[in-house]
Amino acid sequence: MLILECPCCGVKGEETEFHGGGEAHIKRFGPGSSEEEFHDYLFAKENPRGVHFERWRHVNGCGKWFHVARCTRTLEVFGSYSAQTTEPPQEIRDAITARRPGWRWREFS
Amino acid sequence: MRRYSAFAVAREATRYHQGWARAWRSPEPKKKYDVIIVGAGGHGLATAFYLGRNFGITNVAILEKGWLGGGNTGRNTTIIRSNYLQDPSAAIYEKSRSLYETMSQDLNYNVMYSPRGVLMLAQTEAEVRGYKRTAHANALQGVDTEFVSPERVKQLVPIISLDGPRYPVLGGLWQARAGTGRHDAVAWGYARACSDMGMDIIQQCEVTGIRQDGGKVVGVDTTKGAIDCDKLGVVVAGHSGVLAEMAGFRLPIESVALQALVSEPIKPCMDIVVMANTVHGYMSQSDKGEMVIGGGADGYNNYTQRGSFHHIEETVRALVETFPMISRLKMLRQWGGIVDMTGDRSPILSKTPVENVFFNCGWGTGGFKATPGSGWGFAELVAKGYSPLCEAFGLDRFREGRFVDESVAAGVAH
Repeated sequence: MLILECPCCGVKGEETEFHGGGEAHIKRFGPGSSEEEFHDYLFAKENPRGVHFERWRHVNGCGKWFHVARCTRTLEVFGSYSAQTTEPPQEIRDAITARRPGWRWREFS
Repeated sequence: MRRYSAFAVAREATRYHQGWARAWRSPEPKKKYDVIIVGAGGHGLATAFYLGRNFGITNVAILEKGWLGGGNTGRNTTIIRSNYLQDPSAAIYEKSRSLYETMSQDLNYNVMYSPRGVLMLAQTEAEVRGYKRTAHANALQGVDTEFVSPERVKQLVPIISLDGPRYPVLGGLWQARAGTGRHDAVAWGYARACSDMGMDIIQQCEVTGIRQDGGKVVGVDTTKGAIDCDKLGVVVAGHSGVLAEMAGFRLPIESVALQALVSEPIKPCMDIVVMANTVHGYMSQSDKGEMVIGGGADGYNNYTQRGSFHHIEETVRALVETFPMISRLKMLRQWGGIVDMTGDRSPILSKTPVENVFFNCGWGTGGFKATPGSGWGFAELVAKGYSPLCEAFGLDRFREGRFVDESVAAGVAH
Protein backbone atom coordinates (compact mmCIF):
# COMPACT_ATOMS: atom_id res chain seq x y z
CA MET A 1 0.00 0.00 0.00
CA LEU A 2 1.27 3.41 -1.01
CA ILE A 3 1.42 6.21 1.55
CA LEU A 4 1.67 9.63 -0.10
CA GLU A 5 1.89 13.13 1.33
CA CYS A 6 0.12 15.97 -0.46
CA PRO A 7 2.48 18.96 -0.64
CA CYS A 8 -0.48 21.32 -1.18
CA CYS A 9 -2.40 20.62 2.05
CA GLY A 10 0.21 18.64 3.97
CA VAL A 11 -2.08 15.65 4.55
CA LYS A 12 -0.58 12.18 4.55
CA GLY A 13 -2.85 9.43 3.29
CA GLU A 14 -2.93 6.01 1.69
CA GLU A 15 -3.47 5.52 -2.02
CA THR A 16 -7.30 5.45 -2.02
CA GLU A 17 -7.23 9.12 -1.09
CA PHE A 18 -5.33 9.93 -4.27
CA HIS A 19 -5.62 9.25 -7.98
CA GLY A 20 -2.64 8.54 -10.21
CA GLY A 21 -2.22 10.83 -13.20
CA GLY A 22 0.63 9.15 -15.07
CA GLU A 23 4.08 10.30 -16.12
CA ALA A 24 5.17 13.81 -15.08
CA HIS A 25 7.35 16.48 -16.71
CA ILE A 26 6.11 15.67 -20.21
CA LYS A 27 7.28 18.33 -22.63
CA ARG A 28 4.38 19.36 -24.80
CA PHE A 29 4.66 19.56 -28.58
CA GLY A 30 1.96 21.24 -30.64
CA PRO A 31 1.58 22.89 -34.04
CA GLY A 32 4.90 23.29 -35.83
CA SER A 33 6.55 20.29 -34.20
CA SER A 34 7.70 17.27 -36.18
CA GLU A 35 5.56 14.15 -36.44
CA GLU A 36 8.17 12.29 -34.42
CA GLU A 37 8.00 14.77 -31.55
CA PHE A 38 4.20 14.85 -31.57
CA HIS A 39 4.00 11.03 -31.58
CA ASP A 40 6.41 10.72 -28.67
CA TYR A 41 4.62 13.46 -26.72
CA LEU A 42 1.29 11.69 -27.13
CA PHE A 43 2.20 8.03 -26.82
CA ALA A 44 5.78 7.12 -25.85
CA LYS A 45 6.14 6.31 -22.15
CA GLU A 46 9.22 6.08 -19.94
CA ASN A 47 7.65 3.25 -17.90
CA PRO A 48 10.92 2.53 -16.06
CA ARG A 49 11.56 -0.31 -13.65
CA GLY A 50 12.93 1.96 -10.93
CA VAL A 51 12.82 5.71 -10.34
CA HIS A 52 9.66 7.28 -11.74
CA PHE A 53 8.31 10.83 -11.64
CA GLU A 54 4.57 10.99 -11.82
CA ARG A 55 1.49 13.14 -11.30
CA TRP A 56 -1.08 12.49 -8.61
CA ARG A 57 -4.28 14.26 -7.61
CA HIS A 58 -5.55 14.50 -4.06
CA VAL A 59 -9.11 13.60 -5.16
CA ASN A 60 -10.53 12.79 -1.73
CA GLY A 61 -8.85 15.76 -0.11
CA CYS A 62 -7.84 19.20 -1.32
CA GLY A 63 -8.36 18.22 -4.97
CA LYS A 64 -5.02 19.65 -6.09
CA TRP A 65 -2.48 18.08 -8.46
CA PHE A 66 1.09 17.41 -7.32
CA HIS A 67 4.18 15.40 -8.27
CA VAL A 68 5.66 12.30 -6.67
CA ALA A 69 9.06 10.64 -7.09
CA ARG A 70 8.63 6.91 -6.55
CA CYS A 71 10.35 3.60 -7.26
CA THR A 72 8.17 1.30 -9.38
CA ARG A 73 10.25 -1.73 -8.37
CA THR A 74 9.82 -1.39 -4.59
CA LEU A 75 6.98 1.19 -4.26
CA GLU A 76 9.37 3.30 -2.14
CA VAL A 77 8.34 6.97 -2.20
CA PHE A 78 11.26 9.42 -2.38
CA GLY A 79 9.12 12.52 -1.87
CA SER A 80 6.33 14.66 -3.24
CA TYR A 81 6.55 18.20 -4.57
CA SER A 82 4.54 20.95 -6.16
CA ALA A 83 3.14 20.56 -9.67
CA GLN A 84 4.16 24.18 -10.44
CA THR A 85 7.53 23.16 -11.83
CA THR A 86 9.03 21.70 -15.00
CA GLU A 87 11.68 19.59 -13.29
CA PRO A 88 12.17 17.81 -9.97
CA PRO A 89 13.61 20.11 -7.25
CA GLN A 90 17.16 19.52 -6.03
CA GLU A 91 16.17 18.14 -2.61
CA ILE A 92 14.05 15.44 -4.28
CA ARG A 93 16.95 14.56 -6.59
CA ASP A 94 19.27 14.37 -3.59
CA ALA A 95 16.81 12.13 -1.75
CA ILE A 96 16.74 9.77 -4.75
CA THR A 97 20.52 9.81 -5.13
CA ALA A 98 20.88 8.83 -1.47
CA ARG A 99 18.77 5.72 -2.09
CA ARG A 100 19.51 4.97 -5.78
CA PRO A 101 23.00 6.21 -6.69
CA GLY A 102 23.51 6.69 -10.42
CA TRP A 103 19.78 6.90 -11.27
CA ARG A 104 18.65 8.51 -14.51
CA TRP A 105 15.18 9.46 -15.81
CA ARG A 106 14.90 11.14 -19.20
CA GLU A 107 17.20 14.19 -19.05
CA PHE A 108 17.25 14.30 -15.24
CA SER A 109 19.79 12.61 -13.03
CA MET B 1 9.59 -37.85 -27.15
CA ARG B 2 7.45 -40.51 -25.51
CA ARG B 3 3.76 -39.96 -26.21
CA TYR B 4 1.48 -39.51 -23.24
CA SER B 5 -1.47 -41.90 -23.36
CA ALA B 6 -3.58 -44.20 -21.23
CA PHE B 7 -1.21 -47.02 -22.24
CA ALA B 8 1.79 -45.01 -21.04
CA VAL B 9 0.09 -44.50 -17.66
CA ALA B 10 -0.67 -48.22 -17.45
CA ARG B 11 2.90 -49.14 -18.45
CA GLU B 12 4.41 -46.81 -15.87
CA ALA B 13 1.99 -48.04 -13.22
CA THR B 14 3.60 -51.47 -13.48
CA ARG B 15 7.10 -50.08 -12.79
CA TYR B 16 6.66 -47.51 -10.07
CA HIS B 17 6.52 -44.62 -12.58
CA GLN B 18 10.28 -44.78 -13.11
CA GLY B 19 10.11 -44.38 -16.88
CA TRP B 20 8.80 -40.84 -17.26
CA ALA B 21 11.31 -38.56 -18.97
CA ARG B 22 11.62 -34.85 -18.27
CA ALA B 23 9.11 -32.93 -20.39
CA TRP B 24 11.79 -30.63 -21.82
CA ARG B 25 15.58 -30.46 -21.91
CA SER B 26 17.58 -27.71 -20.17
CA PRO B 27 20.64 -27.28 -22.41
CA GLU B 28 23.44 -24.72 -22.24
CA PRO B 29 23.03 -21.97 -24.86
CA LYS B 30 24.72 -22.40 -28.24
CA LYS B 31 26.79 -19.63 -29.86
CA LYS B 32 24.16 -18.71 -32.42
CA TYR B 33 20.50 -19.29 -33.27
CA ASP B 34 18.32 -18.35 -36.25
CA VAL B 35 15.71 -16.92 -33.91
CA ILE B 36 15.87 -16.02 -30.23
CA ILE B 37 12.61 -15.59 -28.35
CA VAL B 38 12.93 -13.66 -25.10
CA GLY B 39 10.42 -14.86 -22.53
CA ALA B 40 9.35 -18.47 -21.94
CA GLY B 41 5.77 -17.75 -21.03
CA GLY B 42 2.75 -18.98 -22.93
CA HIS B 43 3.03 -16.46 -25.76
CA GLY B 44 6.79 -16.91 -26.21
CA LEU B 45 6.59 -20.69 -26.25
CA ALA B 46 3.57 -20.62 -28.57
CA THR B 47 5.54 -18.37 -30.93
CA ALA B 48 8.46 -20.81 -30.92
CA PHE B 49 6.11 -23.76 -31.41
CA TYR B 50 4.43 -22.28 -34.49
CA LEU B 51 7.81 -21.14 -35.88
CA GLY B 52 8.71 -24.82 -35.93
CA ARG B 53 5.31 -26.27 -36.81
CA ASN B 54 4.23 -23.78 -39.50
CA PHE B 55 7.54 -22.50 -40.88
CA GLY B 56 10.09 -25.23 -40.18
CA ILE B 57 12.36 -22.90 -38.19
CA THR B 58 13.71 -25.02 -35.35
CA ASN B 59 17.12 -23.48 -34.64
CA VAL B 60 15.45 -21.43 -31.93
CA ALA B 61 16.33 -20.52 -28.36
CA ILE B 62 13.77 -19.39 -25.82
CA LEU B 63 15.41 -17.37 -23.04
CA GLU B 64 13.72 -16.94 -19.68
CA LYS B 65 15.04 -14.88 -16.79
CA GLY B 66 13.03 -16.73 -14.14
CA TRP B 67 11.32 -20.05 -14.59
CA LEU B 68 9.14 -21.26 -17.43
CA GLY B 69 5.59 -19.94 -17.22
CA GLY B 70 6.33 -18.09 -13.98
CA GLY B 71 5.08 -14.68 -15.09
CA ASN B 72 1.57 -13.82 -16.14
CA THR B 73 1.10 -17.29 -17.64
CA GLY B 74 0.99 -18.69 -14.11
CA ARG B 75 -0.84 -15.73 -12.58
CA ASN B 76 -3.98 -15.25 -14.65
CA THR B 77 -7.52 -16.47 -14.03
CA THR B 78 -7.43 -18.83 -17.07
CA ILE B 79 -10.43 -17.36 -18.89
CA ILE B 80 -10.66 -18.02 -22.64
CA ARG B 81 -13.17 -16.04 -24.70
CA SER B 82 -13.34 -14.11 -27.97
CA ASN B 83 -16.32 -11.75 -27.63
CA TYR B 84 -14.43 -8.62 -28.68
CA LEU B 85 -15.86 -5.75 -30.68
CA GLN B 86 -13.40 -4.84 -33.45
CA ASP B 87 -12.74 -7.08 -36.45
CA PRO B 88 -8.95 -7.46 -35.97
CA SER B 89 -9.44 -8.43 -32.30
CA ALA B 90 -12.22 -10.87 -33.09
CA ALA B 91 -9.97 -12.46 -35.72
CA ILE B 92 -6.99 -13.07 -33.44
CA TYR B 93 -8.99 -14.01 -30.32
CA GLU B 94 -11.31 -16.34 -32.23
CA LYS B 95 -8.32 -17.98 -33.94
CA SER B 96 -6.91 -18.43 -30.47
CA ARG B 97 -10.10 -19.88 -29.01
CA SER B 98 -10.39 -22.34 -31.87
CA LEU B 99 -6.76 -23.43 -31.40
CA TYR B 100 -7.51 -24.07 -27.71
CA GLU B 101 -10.23 -26.55 -28.72
CA THR B 102 -7.71 -28.93 -30.24
CA MET B 103 -4.64 -27.96 -28.23
CA SER B 104 -4.57 -31.05 -26.01
CA GLN B 105 -4.51 -33.27 -29.12
CA ASP B 106 -2.06 -31.03 -31.03
CA LEU B 107 0.44 -30.98 -28.15
CA ASN B 108 -0.31 -34.46 -26.76
CA TYR B 109 -0.61 -32.67 -23.43
CA ASN B 110 -3.82 -32.24 -21.47
CA VAL B 111 -4.44 -28.50 -21.14
CA MET B 112 -7.85 -29.17 -19.59
CA TYR B 113 -9.66 -26.80 -21.94
CA SER B 114 -13.17 -26.57 -20.56
CA PRO B 115 -15.63 -24.79 -22.88
CA ARG B 116 -18.02 -24.10 -20.03
CA GLY B 117 -19.23 -20.72 -21.28
CA VAL B 118 -18.52 -17.14 -20.27
CA LEU B 119 -21.26 -14.73 -19.22
CA MET B 120 -20.61 -10.98 -19.03
CA LEU B 121 -23.28 -9.32 -16.92
CA ALA B 122 -24.95 -6.15 -18.14
CA GLN B 123 -25.79 -4.11 -15.03
CA THR B 124 -26.45 -0.67 -16.48
CA GLU B 125 -28.49 0.49 -19.49
CA ALA B 126 -25.27 1.57 -21.17
CA GLU B 127 -23.84 -1.90 -20.73
CA VAL B 128 -26.99 -3.47 -22.20
CA ARG B 129 -26.57 -1.34 -25.31
CA GLY B 130 -22.84 -2.02 -25.44
CA TYR B 131 -23.21 -5.80 -25.21
CA LYS B 132 -26.05 -5.89 -27.74
CA ARG B 133 -23.74 -4.04 -30.08
CA THR B 134 -20.96 -6.54 -29.37
CA ALA B 135 -23.34 -9.45 -30.03
CA HIS B 136 -24.30 -7.94 -33.39
CA ALA B 137 -20.65 -7.31 -34.27
CA ASN B 138 -19.76 -10.88 -33.26
CA ALA B 139 -22.56 -12.23 -35.48
CA LEU B 140 -20.94 -10.49 -38.46
CA GLN B 141 -17.49 -11.74 -37.45
CA GLY B 142 -18.65 -15.34 -37.11
CA VAL B 143 -18.10 -15.38 -33.35
CA ASP B 144 -20.88 -17.26 -31.60
CA THR B 145 -22.30 -14.95 -28.88
CA GLU B 146 -25.79 -13.86 -27.87
CA PHE B 147 -27.41 -11.32 -25.59
CA VAL B 148 -29.50 -13.14 -22.98
CA SER B 149 -32.31 -12.08 -20.65
CA PRO B 150 -32.08 -11.90 -16.84
CA GLU B 151 -34.21 -15.06 -16.62
CA ARG B 152 -31.69 -16.95 -18.73
CA VAL B 153 -28.89 -15.52 -16.58
CA LYS B 154 -30.58 -16.94 -13.48
CA GLN B 155 -30.90 -20.28 -15.28
CA LEU B 156 -27.20 -20.32 -16.14
CA VAL B 157 -26.06 -19.15 -12.69
CA PRO B 158 -28.57 -20.14 -10.01
CA ILE B 159 -26.45 -18.62 -7.23
CA ILE B 160 -26.71 -15.10 -8.67
CA SER B 161 -28.77 -12.36 -7.08
CA LEU B 162 -30.52 -10.63 -10.00
CA ASP B 163 -31.73 -7.55 -8.13
CA GLY B 164 -28.57 -6.55 -6.34
CA PRO B 165 -28.87 -3.44 -4.21
CA ARG B 166 -26.59 -1.32 -6.37
CA TYR B 167 -26.69 -2.81 -9.84
CA PRO B 168 -29.50 -5.17 -10.85
CA VAL B 169 -28.71 -7.67 -13.59
CA LEU B 170 -30.38 -6.49 -16.81
CA GLY B 171 -29.06 -9.22 -19.06
CA GLY B 172 -25.78 -10.64 -20.22
CA LEU B 173 -23.47 -11.36 -23.14
CA TRP B 174 -23.19 -15.13 -23.35
CA GLN B 175 -20.49 -16.99 -25.23
CA ALA B 176 -21.22 -20.68 -24.86
CA ARG B 177 -18.00 -21.88 -26.49
CA ALA B 178 -15.74 -19.80 -24.26
CA GLY B 179 -14.37 -21.25 -21.04
CA THR B 180 -11.24 -21.91 -19.07
CA GLY B 181 -8.02 -23.91 -19.42
CA ARG B 182 -5.15 -25.04 -17.24
CA HIS B 183 -2.68 -22.17 -17.65
CA ASP B 184 0.49 -23.95 -16.51
CA ALA B 185 -0.27 -26.92 -18.75
CA VAL B 186 -0.45 -24.60 -21.76
CA ALA B 187 3.11 -23.43 -21.08
CA TRP B 188 4.35 -26.93 -20.23
CA GLY B 189 2.71 -28.49 -23.27
CA TYR B 190 4.23 -25.95 -25.65
CA ALA B 191 7.62 -26.28 -23.91
CA ARG B 192 7.58 -30.07 -24.32
CA ALA B 193 6.65 -29.77 -28.00
CA CYS B 194 9.32 -27.08 -28.63
CA SER B 195 12.01 -29.10 -26.90
CA ASP B 196 10.99 -32.11 -28.96
CA MET B 197 11.54 -30.11 -32.17
CA GLY B 198 15.11 -29.43 -31.01
CA MET B 199 14.62 -25.93 -29.66
CA ASP B 200 16.60 -24.84 -26.60
CA ILE B 201 14.66 -23.56 -23.60
CA ILE B 202 17.14 -21.76 -21.38
CA GLN B 203 15.80 -20.76 -17.96
CA GLN B 204 17.42 -18.41 -15.45
CA CYS B 205 19.06 -16.56 -18.31
CA GLU B 206 18.24 -12.86 -18.19
CA VAL B 207 18.75 -10.68 -21.25
CA THR B 208 20.85 -7.66 -20.23
CA GLY B 209 21.41 -6.02 -23.61
CA ILE B 210 20.47 -6.15 -27.27
CA ARG B 211 23.46 -5.97 -29.60
CA GLN B 212 23.01 -4.15 -32.89
CA ASP B 213 25.10 -3.50 -35.95
CA GLY B 214 23.99 -0.75 -38.34
CA GLY B 215 20.43 -0.65 -37.03
CA LYS B 216 20.13 -4.42 -37.25
CA VAL B 217 20.07 -6.92 -34.41
CA VAL B 218 23.04 -9.30 -34.21
CA GLY B 219 22.53 -10.88 -30.81
CA VAL B 220 21.79 -10.46 -27.13
CA ASP B 221 23.89 -10.19 -23.99
CA THR B 222 22.64 -12.44 -21.23
CA THR B 223 23.62 -13.53 -17.75
CA LYS B 224 24.89 -16.72 -19.46
CA GLY B 225 27.05 -14.82 -21.97
CA ALA B 226 26.51 -13.35 -25.41
CA ILE B 227 24.34 -15.26 -27.90
CA ASP B 228 24.12 -14.36 -31.61
CA CYS B 229 20.89 -14.44 -33.59
CA ASP B 230 19.45 -13.43 -36.94
CA LYS B 231 16.06 -12.46 -35.58
CA LEU B 232 14.85 -11.53 -32.13
CA GLY B 233 11.28 -11.89 -30.85
CA VAL B 234 10.57 -10.16 -27.55
CA VAL B 235 7.56 -11.56 -25.68
CA VAL B 236 8.00 -10.28 -22.13
CA ALA B 237 4.62 -9.03 -20.92
CA GLY B 238 5.04 -6.49 -18.17
CA HIS B 239 8.72 -5.89 -18.81
CA SER B 240 8.42 -4.90 -22.48
CA GLY B 241 9.40 -1.33 -21.67
CA VAL B 242 12.65 -2.52 -20.07
CA LEU B 243 13.59 -4.53 -23.19
CA ALA B 244 12.55 -1.68 -25.48
CA GLU B 245 14.92 0.61 -23.62
CA MET B 246 17.75 -1.88 -24.26
CA ALA B 247 16.88 -1.80 -27.96
CA GLY B 248 16.84 2.01 -27.86
CA PHE B 249 13.22 3.05 -28.31
CA ARG B 250 10.16 3.74 -26.19
CA LEU B 251 6.81 1.98 -26.30
CA PRO B 252 3.29 3.34 -25.80
CA ILE B 253 2.96 1.06 -22.79
CA GLU B 254 2.61 1.40 -19.04
CA SER B 255 3.13 -1.50 -16.64
CA VAL B 256 0.62 -1.90 -13.85
CA ALA B 257 -0.22 -4.61 -11.33
CA LEU B 258 -3.29 -6.79 -11.78
CA GLN B 259 -4.26 -9.19 -9.02
CA ALA B 260 -6.38 -12.23 -8.43
CA LEU B 261 -7.35 -14.40 -5.47
CA VAL B 262 -8.89 -17.78 -4.72
CA SER B 263 -11.19 -18.91 -1.94
CA GLU B 264 -11.14 -22.13 0.01
CA PRO B 265 -12.54 -25.05 -2.03
CA ILE B 266 -16.29 -25.60 -1.85
CA LYS B 267 -18.70 -27.99 -3.54
CA PRO B 268 -19.57 -27.29 -7.20
CA CYS B 269 -21.94 -24.32 -7.32
CA MET B 270 -21.13 -22.46 -10.55
CA ASP B 271 -20.24 -24.20 -13.80
CA ILE B 272 -19.60 -21.15 -15.98
CA VAL B 273 -17.42 -18.04 -15.83
CA VAL B 274 -19.23 -14.85 -14.77
CA MET B 275 -17.78 -11.39 -15.32
CA ALA B 276 -19.30 -8.24 -13.86
CA ASN B 277 -17.49 -5.35 -15.45
CA THR B 278 -19.49 -2.49 -13.97
CA VAL B 279 -18.63 -3.50 -10.43
CA HIS B 280 -15.12 -4.76 -11.30
CA GLY B 281 -15.16 -8.44 -10.50
CA TYR B 282 -15.22 -11.80 -12.18
CA MET B 283 -15.40 -15.30 -10.86
CA SER B 284 -15.26 -18.95 -11.86
CA GLN B 285 -14.94 -22.19 -9.96
CA SER B 286 -11.84 -24.29 -10.44
CA ASP B 287 -11.86 -28.07 -10.71
CA LYS B 288 -10.61 -28.17 -7.12
CA GLY B 289 -13.67 -26.18 -6.04
CA GLU B 290 -11.91 -22.89 -5.28
CA MET B 291 -13.70 -19.77 -6.41
CA VAL B 292 -11.18 -17.97 -8.67
CA ILE B 293 -11.68 -14.23 -8.41
CA GLY B 294 -10.13 -11.38 -10.34
CA GLY B 295 -10.63 -7.67 -10.20
CA GLY B 296 -9.37 -4.36 -11.48
CA ALA B 297 -5.83 -3.21 -12.19
CA ASP B 298 -3.99 -0.69 -10.03
CA GLY B 299 -3.94 2.85 -11.30
CA TYR B 300 -0.21 3.53 -11.27
CA ASN B 301 3.04 2.18 -12.71
CA ASN B 302 4.21 -0.81 -10.75
CA TYR B 303 6.66 -3.69 -11.22
CA THR B 304 6.26 -5.34 -7.82
CA GLN B 305 3.99 -8.25 -8.84
CA ARG B 306 1.66 -7.58 -5.94
CA GLY B 307 -1.54 -5.55 -5.81
CA SER B 308 -3.22 -3.18 -3.40
CA PHE B 309 -5.45 -4.31 -0.55
CA HIS B 310 -8.22 -1.92 -1.41
CA HIS B 311 -8.68 -3.52 -4.81
CA ILE B 312 -9.29 -6.88 -3.16
CA GLU B 313 -11.86 -5.26 -0.91
CA GLU B 314 -13.58 -3.55 -3.85
CA THR B 315 -13.69 -6.74 -5.91
CA VAL B 316 -14.92 -8.96 -3.12
CA ARG B 317 -17.54 -6.43 -2.00
CA ALA B 318 -18.93 -6.29 -5.54
CA LEU B 319 -19.01 -10.06 -5.88
CA VAL B 320 -20.69 -10.56 -2.51
CA GLU B 321 -23.49 -8.27 -3.68
CA THR B 322 -23.87 -10.30 -6.86
CA PHE B 323 -23.40 -13.72 -5.23
CA PRO B 324 -24.59 -13.38 -1.60
CA MET B 325 -23.82 -17.03 -0.81
CA ILE B 326 -20.05 -16.46 -1.02
CA SER B 327 -20.05 -13.93 1.82
CA ARG B 328 -18.75 -16.44 4.40
CA LEU B 329 -15.98 -17.87 2.19
CA LYS B 330 -12.41 -17.56 3.40
CA MET B 331 -9.84 -16.43 0.88
CA LEU B 332 -6.81 -18.68 0.57
CA ARG B 333 -4.29 -16.93 -1.64
CA GLN B 334 -3.82 -13.64 -3.40
CA TRP B 335 -1.19 -12.79 -6.01
CA GLY B 336 -0.37 -10.15 -8.60
CA GLY B 337 1.16 -9.94 -12.02
CA ILE B 338 2.53 -7.08 -14.10
CA VAL B 339 0.51 -6.34 -17.20
CA ASP B 340 1.49 -3.88 -19.92
CA MET B 341 -1.32 -1.59 -20.92
CA THR B 342 -1.59 0.25 -24.23
CA GLY B 343 -3.79 3.28 -24.69
CA ASP B 344 -6.37 1.47 -26.84
CA ARG B 345 -6.25 -1.74 -24.76
CA SER B 346 -5.17 -3.76 -27.80
CA PRO B 347 -1.90 -5.64 -28.12
CA ILE B 348 1.20 -4.74 -30.11
CA LEU B 349 2.54 -7.40 -32.48
CA SER B 350 4.97 -5.50 -34.56
CA LYS B 351 8.24 -4.83 -36.30
CA THR B 352 10.28 -2.20 -34.48
CA PRO B 353 12.72 0.58 -35.41
CA VAL B 354 15.53 -2.00 -35.06
CA GLU B 355 15.65 -4.36 -38.02
CA ASN B 356 14.76 -7.99 -37.26
CA VAL B 357 13.59 -7.15 -33.74
CA PHE B 358 9.91 -7.95 -33.20
CA PHE B 359 7.81 -7.12 -30.16
CA ASN B 360 4.75 -9.00 -28.93
CA CYS B 361 3.37 -7.08 -25.96
CA GLY B 362 0.58 -4.88 -24.66
CA TRP B 363 -1.89 -7.68 -24.02
CA GLY B 364 -2.94 -5.76 -20.94
CA THR B 365 -5.23 -7.62 -18.61
CA GLY B 366 -6.19 -10.40 -21.03
CA GLY B 367 -3.29 -12.22 -22.61
CA PHE B 368 -3.92 -15.82 -21.56
CA LYS B 369 -6.92 -16.32 -23.83
CA ALA B 370 -4.83 -15.15 -26.77
CA THR B 371 -1.83 -17.44 -26.19
CA PRO B 372 -2.11 -19.75 -29.23
CA GLY B 373 -3.48 -17.10 -31.60
CA SER B 374 -0.77 -14.66 -30.59
CA GLY B 375 1.90 -17.32 -31.12
CA TRP B 376 0.38 -18.27 -34.50
CA GLY B 377 0.37 -14.70 -35.80
CA PHE B 378 3.64 -13.61 -34.23
CA ALA B 379 5.48 -16.65 -35.60
CA GLU B 380 4.29 -15.69 -39.07
CA LEU B 381 5.43 -12.10 -38.50
CA VAL B 382 8.88 -13.21 -37.34
CA ALA B 383 9.28 -15.79 -40.11
CA LYS B 384 7.91 -13.83 -43.08
CA GLY B 385 7.90 -10.22 -41.91
CA TYR B 386 4.16 -9.98 -42.48
CA SER B 387 1.10 -11.54 -40.89
CA PRO B 388 -2.53 -10.75 -41.71
CA LEU B 389 -3.49 -11.63 -38.13
CA CYS B 390 -1.04 -9.04 -36.74
CA GLU B 391 -1.45 -6.35 -39.38
CA ALA B 392 -3.79 -4.10 -37.40
CA PHE B 393 -1.64 -4.37 -34.26
CA GLY B 394 1.52 -2.65 -35.55
CA LEU B 395 3.38 0.00 -33.55
CA ASP B 396 2.65 2.54 -36.30
CA ARG B 397 -1.08 2.43 -35.56
CA PHE B 398 -0.48 5.07 -32.86
CA ARG B 399 1.30 7.43 -35.23
CA GLU B 400 -1.37 6.94 -37.88
CA GLY B 401 -4.36 7.10 -35.54
CA ARG B 402 -5.61 3.60 -36.42
CA PHE B 403 -6.47 2.52 -32.88
CA VAL B 404 -8.14 -0.80 -32.25
CA ASP B 405 -10.30 0.45 -29.41
CA GLU B 406 -11.20 -2.40 -27.06
CA SER B 407 -11.58 -0.43 -23.85
CA VAL B 408 -15.10 -1.85 -23.40
CA ALA B 409 -14.23 -5.48 -24.13
CA ALA B 410 -10.94 -5.40 -22.28
CA GLY B 411 -11.18 -2.47 -19.88
CA VAL B 412 -11.39 -4.37 -16.64
CA ALA B 413 -12.21 -7.96 -16.59
CA HIS B 414 -10.30 -11.01 -17.73
